[in-house]
Amino acid sequence: MTGPSGSIGDDELLGSLRAGDEEAFVTFVGRHNHSMLRIARSFVPSSAVAEEVVQDTWMAVVRGIGNFEGRSSLRSWLVGILVNRARSTGAREHRSEPVATNQPAVDACRFDEGGQWISPPQHFAQDVEDRVSAVELSQRIRSSLDGLPVRQRQVVMLRDIEGLNSKEVCDLLDISDGNQRILLHRGRSRLREELEAEFGKV
Amino acid sequence: MFLRPRDLVCQQAVELVTDYIEGALSRADRRRFESHLAGCPHCTEYLEQMRVTIQLSGRIEPDELPLEMRDELVALYRQWHADAG
Repeated sequence: MTGPSGSIGDDELLGSLRAGDEEAFVTFVGRHNHSMLRIARSFVPSSAVAEEVVQDTWMAVVRGIGNFEGRSSLRSWLVGILVNRARSTGAREHRSEPVATNQPAVDACRFDEGGQWISPPQHFAQDVEDRVSAVELSQRIRSSLDGLPVRQRQVVMLRDIEGLNSKEVCDLLDISDGNQRILLHRGRSRLREELEAEFGKV
Repeated sequence: MFLRPRDLVCQQAVELVTDYIEGALSRADRRRFESHLAGCPHCTEYLEQMRVTIQLSGRIEPDELPLEMRDELVALYRQWHADAG
């Protein structure tokens, strides 16, 4: 699958990381630390605990990098360590919420009684990415992500931000492929809705 | 508009978008979905927006790392490299 743009760079960093290149390490940490904090936070009760989990993960990564065999991408190895730690730390607090909800992808009021669009999707302005800086766009997506129910947020972050594949996500979160797709669908649908509200042409 | 019983309506089509992108639809459902899209510019637009949403999520920019945390981690890394070497 094609992962996010950072994933190829990570694997190229591996040699430098093993060789003790501090600049490569700072790049690697800078690239992942923030989303690791967010992922950790979705499993544990507080930001302070999330920071501890991320710190522990980096320590495990530093210790393990020499033995990393490259069977998975560096990114999925890193995220795997993180999620396993976060899950075990948060296990007591984390109640699994039911996956199946009847929340539709698109609000029912946008369709007529026959299920046809009354209020069709508004085309995104062509210049979204010119008009809005990448940093600002990232902030908006992050704040939309924060509004998602925790299980949807976890799946969307792991799949679409960290670039893990569906099997990796099912294994890490211990959910079925069908449930993974439902969560992904609900989460992506909500993000799309918010982008449309922001960038759809009126 | 006349609907055959097996035709999808838009409200059903939007619920199949993720399964379609994930390649998880049965062959029959994929055909129904694609034939709906062929006649429905709104649902075609909807599918495109879901793809754009995924792309934009994948390009999210990392925040600046707090200096203090960076220094701590670099110290740890330096220590590891000294021990390993």
